[in-house]
This record gives sequence, structure tokens and C-alpha cells, in this order.
Amino acid sequence: MTIRKLILILSLLFLPLSAQAVQPDEILDDPVLEERARVISEDLRCLVCQNQSIDDSDADLARDLRIIVRERLVAGDSNYEVLEFIVARYGNYVLLDPPMNIQTLILWIGPLIIFLLGSLAVVFWYRGRNPVPEIVEEVQKGKLSAAEEKRLKEILGEEGDQ
Amino acid sequence: MMRRLPFILPLVLFAGLAIYFVFGLQRASEVGTEFVPSALIGKPFPEMNLAPLQPNKPGLKTADLKGQISVVNVFASWCVPCRAEHPMITRLAEKEGLNVIGLNYKDKPEDARNWLDELGDPYMAIGIDRDGRGGIDLGVYGVPETYVVDQEGIIRFRHVGPIQLRHLEDDILPLVEELSQ
Repeated sequence: MTIRKLILILSLLFLPLSAQAVQPDEILDDPVLEERARVISEDLRCLVCQNQSIDDSDADLARDLRIIVRERLVAGDSNYEVLEFIVARYGNYVLLDPPMNIQTLILWIGPLIIFLLGSLAVVFWYRGRNPVPEIVEEVQKGKLSAAEEKRLKEILGEEGDQ
Repeated sequence: MMRRLPFILPLVLFAGLAIYFVFGLQRASEVGTEFVPSALIGKPFPEMNLAPLQPNKPGLKTADLKGQISVVNVFASWCVPCRAEHPMITRLAEKEGLNVIGLNYKDKPEDARNWLDELGDPYMAIGIDRDGRGGIDLGVYGVPETYVVDQEGIIRFRHVGPIQLRHLEDDILPLVEELSQ
């Protein structure tokens, strides 16, 4: 078996994994419009299954919406106008990528706010920390505590005895 | 305390967000798919003119909704929960005397007529929505769905799933009461 045949067989094996719910009769003749329809469909939630896009879903409603998306495109709508058409009927919930507005603001800027507050906390922590502990300071100055002086003498005394 | 604040604040914010999400998820799992909000609450009933299902009753025409409070019920003969809620729809029409309008969603007209012959036809008017376009204009995603439309033709309430007694008593009838004042 040549390597080419092997590649062909493997591609055919994996083809079903990439197959979509879009039925052959739905596909537009114009490949550019069809590509746009696919892009739009991937952003639209199938409301029956809720966590699939209409591009992935076999539900009847998803099919109806896919067909409407294509009809609007053929009628000359821009991608944005198609999305607006669907959102007017089903609300922002139908968009898998939520738009930034008052209702979703916390989703968008919440993490940023928490990050900023966290950074502030780190800055405050470093600033507010005790500069250098007393003991370290004394060691740096070459000073020993009373107990250490005593211990040092003991050690030196012992060494002196030997 | 003030020096601790920058540490505590992010934690409190995160806890607040976490609690909010837990409640949100719980609410979602309790009511199933009902939590999807309708985009059309407070908006006019979409323009449609659906052909009548029954020979002796009108179809669904948006202009006809003005002037009285209406209950628009999206139903189909193939929809099992529709059968379950049928007595409630009948009660809204007969006992409560409301203007109950049917939108026959993606159904064969003869199947729908047989279904209504069997269970009774409480609707004042029924429009045929064979291809489901009327449903999509309304934002329908699960049948049955029930809408309350006020005298001005504005959608005031939407319920997804079969109407049960508690929806009637807790939501629909109080709203109708409020709207009719």
C-alpha cells in the first residue's frame, strides 16, 4: 500500500468526525455566501439543545434557522444584519458569543477588576511589610544578642581550653 | 482592617460572583428550558396573517389582537405536552372568557382538525403556521408556548412548556386582572 492510499483511507475514516448537521439541500450554490452562512451559524445557539450551535444541531428549529440565515444572505443582508434579525426574535441569549452591554458587563470586566484589585493587594503587601526584621539588621551590623555573645564566649573558651 | 481590605475585597467579589452563578445554575436546572427570556416581552406582537385552520373561525391576524386581552397558544397535534395542557387552555377560553387564539405550529391541517375534534376546540381563531415562520417571528423554540398580549397588541408574558394550574393561577390570571384595570 502506498503512503498516498494510506492517507486517503485515514482521511475517509476521520471524515464523519468533521461532518456537520447541515443537510445537502440547505447548502447554497454560492460558496462565498455558504461560507458566511457557516460562520454566522457557528455563533448562533440552538435553543432546543442550548449548548450546541445551529451549525452542529440536528434539531428541526436549528435547521429552520440555518435556512433563514441563508435566505437573509441571499437577500443581501450583511452578517451583522442576519444576526440582528435572529436576535430580534430570540434575544441576546441566542448568541454564543455574548455582546458587551449593561447586562453582560460584569462578565467582561469582572475578571479585570478582580485582577486589578489583586495586583493592588500585592503592591500594598510589599509596601506595608516590616522593612527588615531587627535580628537581620543586627546581624548585618555585626551585633550579636546577649545570648549569642555568651554562647560565642563559651565556644571560644572551649576552644581555648583545648 | 484598612490594610487588609485589598486582600479581602477580591475574595468577597469572587464569593459574590460564585454565589450568583450557583443560584443562576440552580434556577436554570429547576425550570429547565423555561429560563430563556423572550426577546419580545414589551414589544408588539410580530406582524403576521396566518390562514384559518377551521372553516368557521378566522385565522391569526396581528391587527385582530388589538382591542382586547388575548392569549396566544402555540400548539400542534404532534406535541404531546399540548394534549396535557389542553384542559387549561379550554379553561382560559370558557371559564375565564379570554380571547384565546391558536397558532398551529408546523402541523398538517387535517391532523390538527382531527386533534381538535377529539379534544374540543376552545380557540376563537386559529392560524396555520405550516412552515413555522410565524413561530420563528415570535421566537418560539419549544411547543407548547403561551403568550399574553394586551389591548394594545403588546406581548406582556410568555410561558414555554405546558400550562399547569399554577401557571394559570400565579402568572396568567393575575396579569390579565392587572391589564384589564
